Amino acid sequence: MKTYRADLHLHTVLSPCADIVMIPPIIVQEAVSSGIHILAVTDHNHTANIEAVQKAARGYDLAILAGMELQTAEDIHLLCIFDSVEQARTLQKTVDEELPEILNNPDYFGAQFIVDETGDFIRSEERLLLNSTSLTLKSAIDHVHALHGLAIPAHVDRQAYGLLPVLGIFPPDLTYDAIEVYKHSDPSNVTCLSSYPTGIPVIQNGDAHFSNDLLGACYFIIENPTTEEFRKAFRGEDGRSVSLYRGIDNPRRGS
Amino acid sequence: MKLFDIAQKLDLHQFTHLEVDSVDESTSAYCSDMLSCVMTGAGHHAIWVTLQAHQNIVAVAALLELTAIIISENALPDAVTIEKADQEGIILLGTTAKNFEVCGKLWELGLRSS
Repeated sequence: MKTYRADLHLHTVLSPCADIVMIPPIIVQEAVSSGIHILAVTDHNHTANIEAVQKAARGYDLAILAGMELQTAEDIHLLCIFDSVEQARTLQKTVDEELPEILNNPDYFGAQFIVDETGDFIRSEERLLLNSTSLTLKSAIDHVHALHGLAIPAHVDRQAYGLLPVLGIFPPDLTYDAIEVYKHSDPSNVTCLSSYPTGIPVIQNGDAHFSNDLLGACYFIIENPTTEEFRKAFRGEDGRSVSLYRGIDNPRRGS
Repeated sequence: MKLFDIAQKLDLHQFTHLEVDSVDESTSAYCSDMLSCVMTGAGHHAIWVTLQAHQNIVAVAALLELTAIIISENALPDAVTIEKADQEGIILLGTTAKNFEVCGKLWELGLRSS
């Protein structure tokens, strides 16, 4: 068993709200120098830059998981995390069908760049990714689980796109694997989540839109960086565990 | 105004299976799609206008003892939500009209903020 430091919520230049420096080599460099071993690439409603980050991470002790931050019909952000790009691409097909055909206006929202592993421009995604799909939260979670992925509602306590402000209370019928609290919240004070379901682990990630946003607050004790191991860690099975530590806001200051 | 008359004038259809006739007069309404705002903003016995059709709308409405929910923009509650509303006595009404239009019509009928 090994301790892995992880950040499971990260944006690249494909997300219109992300900084232009969020290209694969810089992301990898920041993660490695911060002592992070696992990243999940989770752009808004899209998966096209995952492989580029995976290629940029080759040769480093850094695992890149394939993810997406899906926006549900209720305006809730859901982290969807998979082991392989193929699984993420399958979800992408569904999302493509369920995302409105509204074009991005880069002047308002920002550019949506698909890049290679060096960060070189390949093409722009034309459709606005900052939009709600017509998938309900429940159906989105079902899709993710059917693909053997992890479904984690993002920044549940954040006013914008957080599950709690949008839905008021935790729905009783959801089967998410963990919940993520907002990066600016105190994770030890989750009692503010009054309808919080017991037994669901709380994690916290950087939701990095800028290169110094990486948090690496999740410490997994697992065999290897796979979603199956994460799932066991969330459930506390077979000696696996996850704990949060953020003594400092920017992990680089401590390294 | 009686909910029955409101439903008729706004051409609302009912998802639930409750007796609309028996409901007392409603004088106030509230509109928001963020349930956390509804929980702090809507008054007792108000009619709530929202495009959210998630199951939690029933829990919030029951908590606040709201009279009915008008679900706008053709959003469709699922069977579980409707069943729960039937159990809780929360009338779910539906329309293709947008929030703004529904609120405007309710205002014209004399309803005011809760």
